[in-house]
Amino acid sequence: MTTAIHTDDLHVYFEKNHALKGVTMDIGMNEVTSIIGPSGCGKSTFIRCINRMNDIIPGCSVKGAIMVDGADINDDDVDVVNVRRRIGMVFQKPNPFPKSIYENVAYGPRLHGVTETVDGKVRRRKHTKEELDGIVEHSLRRAALWDEVKDRLDKSGTSLSGGQQQRLCIARTLAVNPEIILFDEPCSALDPIATAKIEDLLVDLKKDYTVVIVTHSMQQAARISDKTAFFYLGDLIEMGDTKQIFERPQKELTEQYITGRMG
Amino acid sequence: MTPRTTFNYEMEELNKEITEMAHASRTAFERSVQMITDMDFSLREEVRALDKRIYQLNEQIDKHCLDIIALHSPVAGDLRLISACLKMVEDLNRFGRYATDIAELIDDFEGGKAFKRFESLRTMSCLVVGIVDDAVYSFLQRDAEKASHLHERDDAVDALYDSIFREILTYMMEDPRKITVGIDLILVARYMERVADHACNIGEYVYHMVTGERLDPKLRTGNVEQAPCGIFEHPDPRSELDLK
Repeated sequence: MTTAIHTDDLHVYFEKNHALKGVTMDIGMNEVTSIIGPSGCGKSTFIRCINRMNDIIPGCSVKGAIMVDGADINDDDVDVVNVRRRIGMVFQKPNPFPKSIYENVAYGPRLHGVTETVDGKVRRRKHTKEELDGIVEHSLRRAALWDEVKDRLDKSGTSLSGGQQQRLCIARTLAVNPEIILFDEPCSALDPIATAKIEDLLVDLKKDYTVVIVTHSMQQAARISDKTAFFYLGDLIEMGDTKQIFERPQKELTEQYITGRMG
Repeated sequence: MTPRTTFNYEMEELNKEITEMAHASRTAFERSVQMITDMDFSLREEVRALDKRIYQLNEQIDKHCLDIIALHSPVAGDLRLISACLKMVEDLNRFGRYATDIAELIDDFEGGKAFKRFESLRTMSCLVVGIVDDAVYSFLQRDAEKASHLHERDDAVDALYDSIFREILTYMMEDPRKITVGIDLILVARYMERVADHACNIGEYVYHMVTGERLDPKLRTGNVEQAPCGIFEHPDPRSELDLK
């Protein structure tokens, strides 16, 4: 397994509240890793650290290393905008911009522009219309939404169903060409059919991206992930192959949680 | 409130059902063996009644397991217990069937004289009852260690079966008038040998249920010399069967 993300003794404090207590773990490249655990165990806090979303929370401090591609993303000289481009995030509730479907997907690439080297000089320019069209189509196809919206790209993103909106948000994340995508309970507001589509999509996406998902549905973790990590009260209790975790967990706490006798 | 109250209730009910079936299967086989050792033919009806109950429980547990899987999505230890139950009921059911077969087959066998000649059949019955007991109790007590040694003792049963077969064959060749009783005795021995095999299957399920690991195939290569079966340590079947 090639490691995409390595955390070393990661601690997170919200003022005096010690939310994560020294989490050390490796997340494999091109794998789906599920984070499970009861409410308040630190799983969302953990993935929000990975793209520095906790930076915007007053009183939050992060200690320990989060290594991506050999560099600590918390280093002072790291450009946080670039971190969030490389490590995208999809949230619990679909949050499309109040713009057209096309603009929702084109927004990120338009903002970042194209960085290219001409005659030995690095320069940045805007995308051409054709380039943007290509990115929008490719991203919507990759998010399994293209066939459903290709004839109404100018319609508002908020006019789509919940499941379509969530896939639009995934397409929006893919449009800036990330390496890692974080999902924070992406199906909790969706019906079973929309959930199944997102799950199929996540499994398909791992061919090109590293996927980390926080989920309250243990069956969802069992269905789609290669590795599963169980958090409890801010500690990483156990992490392993999903089959091992759900068939023969090594820790009593994990067994109690996944069999529903605790939590 | 304890989480998953309904699920816990269903698992407790399943445990009660499989425990009753295990006891009934063990008792049915013991009674059929008791018919051999004591020539007590009055036990035949009890064996038939137990076999009927075992069959009912087989159907009931099979359905109950599928209901729990469909409705509660069990995982980890719960899933292994259900998987073990689904497989065990088939083997426990076979205990009941073979017990009935033995009970139906046993006649007075020349006033019991035939059995006196085949002391090895008595020894085999003691050994198989011991294995059945340990298979059932390894499940009831969740004892993986006990479950892991059943195969070694099964090798001793297989060796005894071969020996009994040759012995009875010789007996029949010497006196063709004894062929009928000889074949019946071979069938009884065969049924007991099969019961021991089914008991070993239960040992495998129990081992997986308790540890989450499959039983190491190397453990299946034991031989009679190594087997801690103590077949000659219990000359009196009553002590093995704890019969009153």
